[in-house]
This record gives sequence, C-alpha cells and structure tokens, in this order.
Amino acid sequence: MTGGRFFDEMRGMDGTVREPYREVARWIDDTPDRRMEQKRREAEILFRRLGITFGAYGAAAGHETAIPFDLIPRVLSQTEWRRLEAGLIQRTRALNAFLRDAYGKREICRAGRIPEAQILQNEQFVPLAQDLDLPGGVHAHICGIDLVRTGEEEFFVLEDNVRTPSGVSYMLENREVMMRLFPRLFADNIVLPVGRYSEALIETLKAAAFSGAADPCIALLTPGQYNSAYFEHAFLADEMGIELVEGSDLFVDESRVYMRTPRGPRRVDVIYRRIDDAFLDPLAFRPDSMLGVPGLVSAIRSRNVNIANALGNGVADDKSTYPYVPEMIRFYLGEEPLIPNVPTYRCGIVEECRYVLDHLRELVVKETHGSGGKGMLVGPAASQAEIEEFRLRIQADPAGYIAQPTLALSTCPTFVEQGIAPRHVDLRPFILSGREVVIMPGGLTRVALREGSLVVNSSQGGGTKDTWVLGT
Amino acid sequence: MLSSTAKNLYWLARYIERAENTARILEATNRIALLTRGRPQGGAEWLSVTGIYGCEMALRERHANPGLEELMHFMAFDEHNPSSIYCGVRAARNNARAERNNLTTDVWENLNGMWLELQSMARLGGPGGDWHGFLDWVKKQAQLVTGAAQSTLLRDEAFNFLALGNFIERGDSTARILDVKYHILLPKGEPVGGSIDYYHWSEILSCVSAFRIYRRVYASAIEPWRVAELMILRRDLPRSLHFCQRQVNFHLEELAEAFAARHEAHRLSGEIYSQLRYGRIELIFQNGLHEFLTDFIQRNGRLSDQIERDFLMK
Repeated sequence: MTGGRFFDEMRGMDGTVREPYREVARWIDDTPDRRMEQKRREAEILFRRLGITFGAYGAAAGHETAIPFDLIPRVLSQTEWRRLEAGLIQRTRALNAFLRDAYGKREICRAGRIPEAQILQNEQFVPLAQDLDLPGGVHAHICGIDLVRTGEEEFFVLEDNVRTPSGVSYMLENREVMMRLFPRLFADNIVLPVGRYSEALIETLKAAAFSGAADPCIALLTPGQYNSAYFEHAFLADEMGIELVEGSDLFVDESRVYMRTPRGPRRVDVIYRRIDDAFLDPLAFRPDSMLGVPGLVSAIRSRNVNIANALGNGVADDKSTYPYVPEMIRFYLGEEPLIPNVPTYRCGIVEECRYVLDHLRELVVKETHGSGGKGMLVGPAASQAEIEEFRLRIQADPAGYIAQPTLALSTCPTFVEQGIAPRHVDLRPFILSGREVVIMPGGLTRVALREGSLVVNSSQGGGTKDTWVLGT
Repeated sequence: MLSSTAKNLYWLARYIERAENTARILEATNRIALLTRGRPQGGAEWLSVTGIYGCEMALRERHANPGLEELMHFMAFDEHNPSSIYCGVRAARNNARAERNNLTTDVWENLNGMWLELQSMARLGGPGGDWHGFLDWVKKQAQLVTGAAQSTLLRDEAFNFLALGNFIERGDSTARILDVKYHILLPKGEPVGGSIDYYHWSEILSCVSAFRIYRRVYASAIEPWRVAELMILRRDLPRSLHFCQRQVNFHLEELAEAFAARHEAHRLSGEIYSQLRYGRIELIFQNGLHEFLTDFIQRNGRLSDQIERDFLMK
C-alpha cells in the first residue's frame, strides 16, 4: 500500500497490520465501500444536525462547509501515547518557563543559551507584558503542539502553537459522530474518552484568575461571527456555560473589565480570548482595531483581569524560536527532550543559509511568521521557477526563513473517492496548563486528502479523523 | 445574559412580527386593489400601504409610475427597502444566527428554513404572480417561528425580551393600519360614521384576522367606531392595542422582578397601559381618532427607546 516509502499507521513499513489497528483493520475488511459511502453521508447529516452547531454558527452559515471528516480512525496504543504525553507535558512546561523568563529576568539569555535579541528583536515580543507575574506562572494555558511521525518509533514536534490554537471542537465532534455511527467499534475497542475537555478547560481558566475568587466570572472573547473559527468559539462557550462576548460587550472602568448585561455591569475575572494580540486593545496595540476592548491591557497590568493565553506568547512559538525549544527543556527542566524537533536550518545564520540555498530541492522552506501552510516551499514538489523565486526571497530577507528536510510523514488508511487509500497525517494534541497540566488522550488528526500531498492544513484541502488512544 | 443578547432577541422578535404584519397588510392591499379595479377613483388607494411604512418616496424613486405588481415586489422582495419582508426576515435570521446558542433548534431551523426559501424565491424574481399564495406562506412561516419560540423556549430573562419585541411591534403595526386606512376611508369634512366602504372596513378587520371575530363580538353590521373599539380597546383580541400593551406590561414586570429593579420604561409602559385599560371609544373619537393613534405610535416608540436605554445598551 505504501510502496515501503512511508510508514503507515496501520501497516507499518512491511505491510502487516500493527497491533493497535487489529480491530480497525478487521472492521475495514468487513465493511464494503458501499456501506462506507452510506455511513459517510450519514456522518455529513449528523455534523449538520447534532453539530447543527457547525453549520449554524459558521461564518457565512448556510453555505459554510465543515472541514471534511474521514471515517477511519487514527489509532495510538497506550504505550505510544504515554511516551507522547510525557514529551508534551515536558515541552509545555518548558515553554511556560521560557515565557515567564522572557518577560522576566531573561536568565536563559544570561546563561548564553538563547541570544537576547532572539527575544527582544522578535516582532512577537510585547514589551507591555514585561514582569506580569501571572497566576501559577502560566502564560500558555492552552497549547496545541503539532506532531508528525516518520516511523515506528520516530515522532517529531513540527510546531508549537501557544497563541490561540484552534481545532479542539473537531476533536470533540469527531468522537461524538463516530460513536453514533459505529457504536460496535467502541464495544470492540477500549477507546479513552476525550469528552471531559470543556470541564478541564473551565478549571484551567478558573485557575488563571488573579483574585483567587472561588467562582471567577469567565467569558470567551471572539472576533465575531465572521471569523472562520466562530463556530468553535460558540461551541466551547456553550459547552462551558460561559458568555460568548465580542469586544463591544465588554468595557473597562478604573482598570476593571465589565460585561454589559441588562442587569447592569458584571465584573469579569478571566477572558479566554480568541483574538490576536494586535487586535486586543486599541489603546495598547492597533488603534484601528474594532474587535478589542480599550483599556484591557491596563486592566491586565493592574492584575484585575487575566487573559488566556497571555500577551506576547508569539515569542515562544515563532518559527525562528522553534530551534531553541530543546535548549529551553535542558535549561529550565534539566532534562533531555523526549520528543525531538525536526532538524531546522536558520537562514539568518550564514553557513546554514548557504546550505539551504544549495539544497532547496530537498528542503521545506517556511517563513518564520507564516502559518496555515501558506508562505511555504515544498522543495521536492516545487517547479524550478518556484525554487528560484524562493531563492530570491531568502536572499532578500534571510532571517525571515527557516528550512527543514522534507519529512516522510506517516500515512493512515483514508476513505477517498477511489476507495480506501493511504494519506498523510499529523497530530495536534491540546495541552491545558492550570493547577496541573492536562491532556485529553489523542487530539486532532489532520489528514491531507489529496494523494501524495504533505500539507494537512484545512485551508489547503485537509480533513480530520477521530483519534483514538486505546485503553489497553 | 449579555445586553447584546437581549438586544438581538428583542429585534429578532420585532423583525419577524413586522414581516408577518407586512404580509397581512399586503394581503388586504391586494384584495382592495382587485375589488376597486375599474372603478373611478379606485386607482391608487392601494398605494396607501406605503404611508403605513413611510416609504412612498423610496418607491417612487425605484419606479416612476408604480403599479400594484411593482408595489408588491417593493414591499416583499426589495433588498434595499428596509421595510420589505425580505429585509425583515434577513435581519431576523442574522440576529438568530448570532444568538444561536440562546435559541432552540426548533426556532432556528424554522427561521433559517424560511430565509433559505425566501432567498430562492427572490432569485426567481418573486412568486410568479401568486401573491396570495406567497403572503399566506409568509404568515404561516412567521407563525411557525413564533410558535416554536412559544412552545420550546426556556422562560428565562431572555424570553421576556423576545416577547417585548413581539408585542411592541404588533401594537405599532395595528395602530398604523388603523390610522392610515381610516384616513383614506374618511373623505375630508365627512363626519365620522358617515358613508363608508364596507369592503375597506372588512379588509382592515382581515388584516388583524378579526373579520369573523367582529361578527361574533358585535353581531352587527360593520361600523367604523366599533372596528376602532375592537382594534384598540378589546382586552381579548390578540392584535388589539390593549392586548399588546398588557403583554408588554406583563413582561416588563417579569423583568422588574428578576432584576429587582424598576426603570423609566416601567413607568412609561404603565401609563400607556392604563390609558388603554380604562379608555372609552366615545372619548377617543371626541378627541380625534387620528390624534389618539399618532399619540400612541409616538409613545410606543418612546417606550421602545426607553427599553433600549434601560436594558439593551447598558
């Protein structure tokens, strides 16, 4: 199936079914394509109805299309997951320690492990966040860490997302739909549940309150219904039973944040914001922002309200910072990274840049500030013209680019038009840091539906799968 | 609950109620036009409908010499006419989408379904001449939405705002129907109760679904002062001013209890309500029906503004 070139999640390198997939493989064999197709249609209807949430919340709802959902689950064994979980917790702790330090004394720079310019010159650095001293020292309350796999034992961290990672609603809805469609599969396999996420999230947010009040008031701040992730904002607010607010629903008085209600102003203690830093407060950042709340930053600095995730987190998940994360783990935790980085060349460094320019055909080049699979060159798939264009771009602004070897991303059987075929996948687990670090077993598996494509982003034709961690 | 939620629900209810009332008025207009066709002077009475909405100028800007078909299209489908059914349903549906998590699936699906179907009709350029069928459909759909709201929504604070919007709008609409039609029906200088056009009066009653009810209540020929009494003072007619104001008053009281606070809106509402509760039709006619109705419309508008100030803009 894979031609031996890629590691297949179900059939490994040699074509024999791997243990965690035993039941799933049998189920695939027993299910004719016709029935799969019928179930796929049922899934679509379910997403529209139960996930009425999806269609209805969405941007231009009615003609909003949900991200395609693939029926065949992606399965991880208990042992695989334990290893990943430990690695994710380790990485999240290090990232939080780094953010605390980056906006504190910057010991890591004094120790010579990261150049201070990497922090201070970073466009994502927010001077207003200096010395915030946040509850529990947590800056990244909600992290999405993207993992890829290239072999039985080889997992890599591809990217950290510690600003406003999205996609968790798909993780939850995918499971919901799978359980409705294939109850027997869940009887034949012990799959660890993920449904407790919203409860864990609200606990995480409560722990972020400055006041230490027993019952802090929490609100979810959305850019509004035209944002592409709006349905997720509404979905999460609903699940947590908190208010979904837009900037105009909030105001700041005497450095305190209030929500406008028909009863009168109601004090807000924690804001789960799904708005980027730049738009958060027109008094502190972009003055033309209509989405934010004037005075919010001063309220944060006065310790009257906390936001999740914290201000200025971009300094930790920027692609130019990524190569330093293993060093952060060593420096703050005194441990070796459990999940390695993908080897990365920084074009800002002369020798590394020379190597990159000489090997463009083999490498993936990314803009340090890019996201969503845009501003990216996949060397082996690119035309000569595209390569030359990137060469010029890199030469013009070397520090704006990094490069990595093209990874042989693992594949997972996927139901496509031609039947069941292997497609490349990645994995985004969601890590919550409150009083403790909590991860729902699994995460969101994204799959590149186009044959041969290595880009899983939904904006580039990616779909999603239910992700299982087996209980035994 | 957020003020913006209360505001969206309040206006959602107003928009839906308005769409239904517009359909009712257009139904009557359509029938009057058919009845008076070919009669001298019967020409443009149906244009009075634009008087109800204050959009005659806008219509004339769109059509130099509007006929019945143009008028119907303008009031039903014109997406630049804020008073059209199309715009009303669109606005209601936008509000519902924003408050999706504060509504039940039943309310959302009925309203969304109505909007989608209306859109496809608009793309076809209208109902293909079947205005009667179309307006009936609008009424039914709007009733499905309000019915779903009545039978499925939690009776929490939010529900009161929905109900307020519903009855503020309905009261306004009934008053306008009566005022504009009454004006046309009474040629200048003619005393009240003089010669009237039976068909016009029966159409006014049909506008508020009260033709049969009139017969049941009065068992008499249709007389203008009784029509006015029915539509203004009857406590039990669901589209009368008295009925609407009683509901408005009730839901404001509910809010006063829930929030343990009274506002200027409560005072204004009580004032309007007592006038309707204790009013007599003879006195209203003595002081001028038109004056009474315009006064009501103004006060009702002030009450709506006050509700916004007391609850929705906080």
